[in-house]
Amino acid sequence: MSKANLLDRRQVVSTLLANRKDVVAIGGLGASTNDMCAAGDHARNFYLWGGMGGAAMIGLGLALAQPKLPVLVITGDGEMLMGMGSLATIGLQKPANLSIAVLDNEAYGETGGQTSHTSAAADLVGIAKACGINDSRAVTTMADVEAFAKAVHDVSAGPRFANVKIDSANLERILPTRDGTYIVNRIRADLGFQPI
Amino acid sequence: MHARADAADTAPSWPDDIFATLQRFDVRQVPYVPDAGHSRLIQRVLASSTMRGIALTTEEEGVALLAGAWAGGQRGVLLMQSSGVGNCINMLSLIPILRFPFLTLVTMRGEWGEFNPWQVPMGSTTQGVFELSGVKVLRASHAAEVPAVLEAAAGQAYNALTPTAVLLSQRLIGAKVFTK
Repeated sequence: MSKANLLDRRQVVSTLLANRKDVVAIGGLGASTNDMCAAGDHARNFYLWGGMGGAAMIGLGLALAQPKLPVLVITGDGEMLMGMGSLATIGLQKPANLSIAVLDNEAYGETGGQTSHTSAAADLVGIAKACGINDSRAVTTMADVEAFAKAVHDVSAGPRFANVKIDSANLERILPTRDGTYIVNRIRADLGFQPI
Repeated sequence: MHARADAADTAPSWPDDIFATLQRFDVRQVPYVPDAGHSRLIQRVLASSTMRGIALTTEEEGVALLAGAWAGGQRGVLLMQSSGVGNCINMLSLIPILRFPFLTLVTMRGEWGEFNPWQVPMGSTTQGVFELSGVKVLRASHAAEVPAVLEAAAGQAYNALTPTAVLLSQRLIGAKVFTK
């Protein structure tokens, strides 16, 4: 059930991507990838329809390959919990151009709204911080979201992590392309890489 | 070279052969979960100025990392031991879907004079898991064949986008010895 003080996920994601410039954005499996599409399709959107738990690591691989580009992972609490170890891996590598935003509705929205571990126990901000991601923020206002969106473009001060508390409303699905090869090759082409 | 020369207490040169091949193929990201059989190669990677060794908490992280690396224009290779292959299974589905070059080098346990029974089940299914997941399997059992096997594996992985695992057999590495 929605609470008045929780943020709207679509508004959060469209704010994160509003002035994206050269940002490469990875959308985790579930509603996050739809939110990214709802904010506007883009050649540098990496939509995931599977590989649950892998979004942050895809972000790390991209960030290490392209250290001058801001890389932003947008994913859900369930997807992040499945790949929690990757926060330790990222904390060790400290890619300065990588940002992770978790849309935390404390539930597995795609599968019937079962509560997730963040609803009662797991503190993802604390986990990220304890893994060595010093800039880890608990985001509860749109002003915080705007500040984080701005920070994403600073490729010398990451990695950074934001846990954004959102409401659990089930919104109309805006579905991006499901063709993974197309998605990857479109990003590669936009970055100037040729097909093999 | 005779296989016996590859016992764990000598310094085998096949990890250096692997390193040289990876360097020649412009491999840049090397995610790994440590294994004794990979220790020399990991040392070489961590000392390299062109490769980045990336310690993982679990092997599936490495599959996703390589997808991101490729989207960003870099090649990688995943180093793990046979027990880690099971940890990767669902993430291996990214490979045919995203079609990125996938090469993994797997040190085998549970197949040649194994001491620890707990290594045997996963060691026995490693090749089958890869094949069911669409990853071609090549094997090196002797130091002398490592360079040719690596060359073939890297060639088909990077040039033909054919997902490939090289199993470095326990015979090559030498069975781990426990002493009281």
